[in-house]
Amino acid sequence: MTENPDQHSTEGHGEHPPWLAHHFDTPQQQYASAKLGMWTFLLTEVLFFSGLFCAYAVFRRNYPEVFFDGHHFLDTTLGAVNTAILLLSSFTMAWGVRCAQLGQRRLLIALLAITLVCAGGFLVIKGFEYNVKWEHHMFPGQAVVANWFGAYEPEVPGEPPPRGFHPGEHEEYLIDKLKHADEEAGVRLPPESLYEAELEERVDNLGTFFGIYFCLTGLHAIHVICGMIAITWLLVRARRGDFGPQHYDAVDCVGLYWHLVDLIWIYLFPLLYLIH
Amino acid sequence: MATTTTDNWPQQPAAGPDNYLTHTRGIASWIFTLDHKRVGIMFLVSVVAFLGLGAFFALLIRTELAHPGPTIMTDTTAKMLATVSLADEQLTPQQMYNRAFTLHGAIMIFLFVIPAIPSALGNFVLPLQLGARDVAFPRLNLFSYHLFIIGAVFFVLTLLMGGVDTGWTFYAPYSVETSTAVTTAVIGAFVLGFGSIFTGLNFLVTVHTLRRPGMTWFKMPLMVWALYATAIIQLLATPVLAITLLLLFAERLFGVGIFDPALGGDPVLFQHFFWFYSHPAVYIMILPAMGIISEVISSHSRKHIFGYKFIAYSSVAIALLGFLVWGHHMFVSGQSPLAGVIFSALTFSVAIPSAIKVFNWIATMYKGSVSFSTPMLYAMIFIILFGLGGLTGLFLGALATDVHVHDTSFVVAHFHYQMVGGGVIAFICGVHHWWPKMTGRMYSERIGRIVAIMILIGFNLTYFPQFIIGSRGMPRRYFDYESMVGEIPGLTFYQMISTIGGYIFVAGLVAIPIYLIYSLKHGPPAPDNPWGGATLEWKTSSPPPWDNFKKLPEVTDPYDFENMRFDEKTQGYVTAT
Repeated sequence: MTENPDQHSTEGHGEHPPWLAHHFDTPQQQYASAKLGMWTFLLTEVLFFSGLFCAYAVFRRNYPEVFFDGHHFLDTTLGAVNTAILLLSSFTMAWGVRCAQLGQRRLLIALLAITLVCAGGFLVIKGFEYNVKWEHHMFPGQAVVANWFGAYEPEVPGEPPPRGFHPGEHEEYLIDKLKHADEEAGVRLPPESLYEAELEERVDNLGTFFGIYFCLTGLHAIHVICGMIAITWLLVRARRGDFGPQHYDAVDCVGLYWHLVDLIWIYLFPLLYLIH
Repeated sequence: MATTTTDNWPQQPAAGPDNYLTHTRGIASWIFTLDHKRVGIMFLVSVVAFLGLGAFFALLIRTELAHPGPTIMTDTTAKMLATVSLADEQLTPQQMYNRAFTLHGAIMIFLFVIPAIPSALGNFVLPLQLGARDVAFPRLNLFSYHLFIIGAVFFVLTLLMGGVDTGWTFYAPYSVETSTAVTTAVIGAFVLGFGSIFTGLNFLVTVHTLRRPGMTWFKMPLMVWALYATAIIQLLATPVLAITLLLLFAERLFGVGIFDPALGGDPVLFQHFFWFYSHPAVYIMILPAMGIISEVISSHSRKHIFGYKFIAYSSVAIALLGFLVWGHHMFVSGQSPLAGVIFSALTFSVAIPSAIKVFNWIATMYKGSVSFSTPMLYAMIFIILFGLGGLTGLFLGALATDVHVHDTSFVVAHFHYQMVGGGVIAFICGVHHWWPKMTGRMYSERIGRIVAIMILIGFNLTYFPQFIIGSRGMPRRYFDYESMVGEIPGLTFYQMISTIGGYIFVAGLVAIPIYLIYSLKHGPPAPDNPWGGATLEWKTSSPPPWDNFKKLPEVTDPYDFENMRFDEKTQGYVTAT
């Protein structure tokens, strides 16, 4: 940052361009502030996620088998597609920043629109994934899972079970899936009766995995939504012709944020989907 | 100095017609202001209101403990409470007590001590001391205040819903299971946390990019260094609190199972997360307080600060070391003995930079021209109380003694010496130091000094007995101690003394806003530089114009008092030419 006293005395307040706030002396100072502010914010975002990553590390170290079991229920193909989509969106975003710097307004609008569509696509695919979990009652928390899969005990005697609840059916689905995974992996199986009991216990423990899974991906999805709002704001401003070679702070900052959202997913994908 | 009266101040309008207070008018011009000074003033008024609310709960606790057996929290008062509360159940006296101390702690920590110095005083003085026209992101600054108000609304809602009974720490699994309004309190603390993050971010960027040309890092006032170190903590620690509270929220709503052992979670993990924020958070409370003391001691002793670089670096050292000691809150939580030993050893290391500051302040006063003005009195009270609090902290940092006094009122006394004797006293000190600058009026020095002495006496009467009974085994957070009366010598006596002291202390606290508000109308107008400070905020008018400086000041050594002389006409200091 330049700190030249002469520069200030020659730059009177009257000569400020309209987008330069009154408390800044030079555009460079404003740009440096925005950039530093954004990087600092990203730091706090990383720390915000760090708590969950830390919880992931603790639980994965303590219960590795739960994480191994849990990952069978995630769709690696959809996860990979989503990773590709986000990487593409990061590319268009980075290109968009370049366009803003060069003053290519139409290309900037197009690239921001593509980024926005990618973000939306990511959420739609994520929604499909969540929907599968929802249908098979794969909810976070042991107690919840146990409640759903145990014998149904209505609060008022004689009350029918809620719609979509078929005792045993979801548990069967989960056990089948785990069994299938074990067979594929060629695990040496104990006697059938013991194995069934073990599977049931493993199903009960899945809640811990789903708790972490939903928290991590849910928090990430909230960040994707925030990013979409920010990109929409950029689109509106870009259409208005706000950005140019002298003034592209906002595009730059939202771009940085979007790369972070992308980066977090790049960590989430292997940590949750690709467990061996 | 003691003979100086305020009677011979010149009677003239406080300031020119156009300053930041009069620049625009109307309530909306305050609520949506982008001026850091107005945001600071709004924070000041808000946090003082919550200090009052927190002090009310403190008095409830002290009154209850004044005498063995139920005192004011009885079935009769519980019945009266049930008629005004939104919750329909009637509480037992014990439940009332649990809620009172939880609300006292939560309100004081989240709504008063954490925002008090950085957000209220820091907002006002930081840009002025840097010679800047505003903070780097004025809109974000205003947003921080709005977040504060939203968070405060959630806390008031919690209050109306019957309060919380988990203690301010929200320890899982009880916080997951209890039927009290933990969810609203957690949302409130979460929102307040983001307000705090944004304030820290704003200050950090402001210090980096908005220093006046010529103001190098080592020409910055020590208050700025302190706020900078505070900002680092706010940025690095608060997001961890945010995720912890978010997970607690998810745990209560969806049964996620990260903290609650009944759902397969780990409650000690909650404690690690919580203290990873909340231990550094005590430095959010004390570091800016130390900054104020550095300013006040130097300018009210008319002597260059001793060991400038040591004080500056020790702020940053405290900020960084503060992140390595959170485990000392968990000595009896079941963490490994090795971890306990390491955390204990690291805890002692934080004492070093703190002691460096205290020694430098005393060396600054040595052979200085020490005035017994109100801010200086508070600064000296700070050194005494902070010293006592710091030394008793060593007892608690030592693993073996901590196990003995853990969860006794010894701990309560220790952290009140730090948080109240340190944080609150420094806050009051700073308010008195910058009051002329903020309002353009002088308060009555005589009343100010009397109240300061009253606060010193009241404070020590309240908390010193708690050291004694705590070391003899009086547990904290107990509703009643009737069964312990025979076992702990002097228990009833000390509890009564503590309660009487509490009332004296609060009476002193109540007097401060009264005489300060009185000064707004009747106080003599303040000169630009009533104390002879050399930092840049004293080089603008009192109160400052809306964009801080009519003519941007030249940056000089912030503690060079050599060329100043007292001007009888304006009753303030001017630079000799």
